[in-house]
Amino acid sequence: MGAAAEPFLEVEGLEKVFRIRRRAGRLRRERVEVRAVDGLSFTVPRGEMVGFIGPNGAGKSTTVKMLTGILAPSGGRLRVAGLDPSRERVELTRRIGVVFGQRTTLWWDLPLRDSYRLMRRMYRIPAARYRENLDRCTELLDLGPLLTVPVRQLSLGQRMRADIAAALLHDPEVLYLDEPTIGLDVVSKSAVRRFLADLNSERSTTVLLTTHDLGDIEQLCERVLVIDHGRLMYDGALAGLHEVGESERVLVVDLARELPPISGLDGARTLRTEGPRQWLAFPASASAAPLVGRVAAEYPLVDLSVQEPAIEDVIARMYAGRTG
Amino acid sequence: MVEAIRRRAAVFLWGVRAYGFIAGMWVRSTLAYRTSFLIMATGNLLTTFLDFVGIMIMFSHVETLGGFTLAEVAFLYGTSSTAFGLADLFLGTFDRIGTRIRDGTLDTLLVRPVPVLAQVAADRFALRRLGRVAQGGAVLVWSLLRLDIEWTAGRVLLTAAMLVSGGVIFGCVFVLGGAFQFWAQDASEVQNAFTYGGTTLLQYPPTLFARELVRGVVFVVPLAFVNWLPALRVLGREDPLGLPGWVDLASPAVALVCCALAGLAWRRGLRAYRSTGS
Repeated sequence: MGAAAEPFLEVEGLEKVFRIRRRAGRLRRERVEVRAVDGLSFTVPRGEMVGFIGPNGAGKSTTVKMLTGILAPSGGRLRVAGLDPSRERVELTRRIGVVFGQRTTLWWDLPLRDSYRLMRRMYRIPAARYRENLDRCTELLDLGPLLTVPVRQLSLGQRMRADIAAALLHDPEVLYLDEPTIGLDVVSKSAVRRFLADLNSERSTTVLLTTHDLGDIEQLCERVLVIDHGRLMYDGALAGLHEVGESERVLVVDLARELPPISGLDGARTLRTEGPRQWLAFPASASAAPLVGRVAAEYPLVDLSVQEPAIEDVIARMYAGRTG
Repeated sequence: MVEAIRRRAAVFLWGVRAYGFIAGMWVRSTLAYRTSFLIMATGNLLTTFLDFVGIMIMFSHVETLGGFTLAEVAFLYGTSSTAFGLADLFLGTFDRIGTRIRDGTLDTLLVRPVPVLAQVAADRFALRRLGRVAQGGAVLVWSLLRLDIEWTAGRVLLTAAMLVSGGVIFGCVFVLGGAFQFWAQDASEVQNAFTYGGTTLLQYPPTLFARELVRGVVFVVPLAFVNWLPALRVLGREDPLGLPGWVDLASPAVALVCCALAGLAWRRGLRAYRSTGS
């Protein structure tokens, strides 16, 4: 019982400084220090599912690389399952699973099944457990027909599912996912999300995912860490993030004909109109249902959709809220 | 201390095993397309074979080359080509490390419980590279049949040791070149000059080249230990630099030193990568 309360990921004052040589003038070169991660601290208990968000270049990937032992930190303290990732990298590899969104860990020219066989031997997974895990992943991620196909022939969505399976064959205690749903179609996206939610609830695997897609966070993570310029900007629930940033969602409605801008609805304002289509902004923390109901009651509604705020907007508003 | 050595040895053996099963997987996957493999292998064998035909044509015009007969040159050619072929078979895809560093796929190797060196070395293991070993071996056997040498136990042992240490030395140059790419990411051409260029150099008698070049090959890049020095002893010839006789037998020791250096360079390179990223 005591182990559960103990933090599984411990990050304290973590720093990473890159020294980059930049050309200054014809021959002269100057050294520039870039602080990619600048005094980051947080802990994650075992079994939690955490979203790691922030704009490009905020230091997300660098932090994940340090958590996996790929990069050595320049300062601060770091523990994953009690291990120092950089010094005990090889030991740690057996306990973590990593999915790099853009790069596959699979062998490009080998059939998927051969890639998994190699994984089994590399991680020395007992045969029975390998069978069981592979069967489970094959079924839940719908990989059956793909096992004989060389990885290079898989579509992006198929490859992502295949990569997630590869990262889970050795029963890792923590799974890092870098943009797991980027570029996926709606069906693949929801399949991946459902699988991750099950994994977390059934096996209590700790999951840390970086993403640009607020939908991922909304459906998967109780907790979000927002990082920018290498620092922690926010740590808490997604709803709270919307409140801090006062961000808005947008309801797009198609009316039967061109009408003057919709007005007089509480908490919503019309952003713009274009023929019969209108854009209504409303607070992201509010439910869309009452608003939809009222529009439908008062206007000839044909079609509608809801646009989530972009992560960059939420963060930009958060800044505005802090300074203003 | 003992514990540290034991751990190092365990890691090494695990690396060798991992190399074995990764390479094995590549072999199985290439053999799945058997015809394509056969065509590639034959092509490989033919091009390397034509290489030696060039030397034979040269000898149809001259009796000796730098004082060496055709059989003697064939001996040099065979030993160098076999040693290089062995290194090329096991480590020939090593220069892909540069691409891996540039596109970041090296990261995926770092999160697996297998030594990165073994993973890089075994990547895309290609059995068709056996063609070069086969051709080198064939020329070597042909030269042995033609050479007028009494095959004492010492000479046989020296020749065998020459092939193994030669392969190891070439292999170390591959690894050193790979390690160097952690700092200079387009260094594979420099390394190719030493490996592919080196083997061409060693196929000819040392008496053919300027003394400074020979000296460089002995002391700077220890390629002369691949075959020149020990082969001269086998053939009963003086070396053009007049080095002491024990140097001819030093190849295995030189190979070991090369291994240590290559290993050190590799560790340093990997550490540099892990603290700078890319």
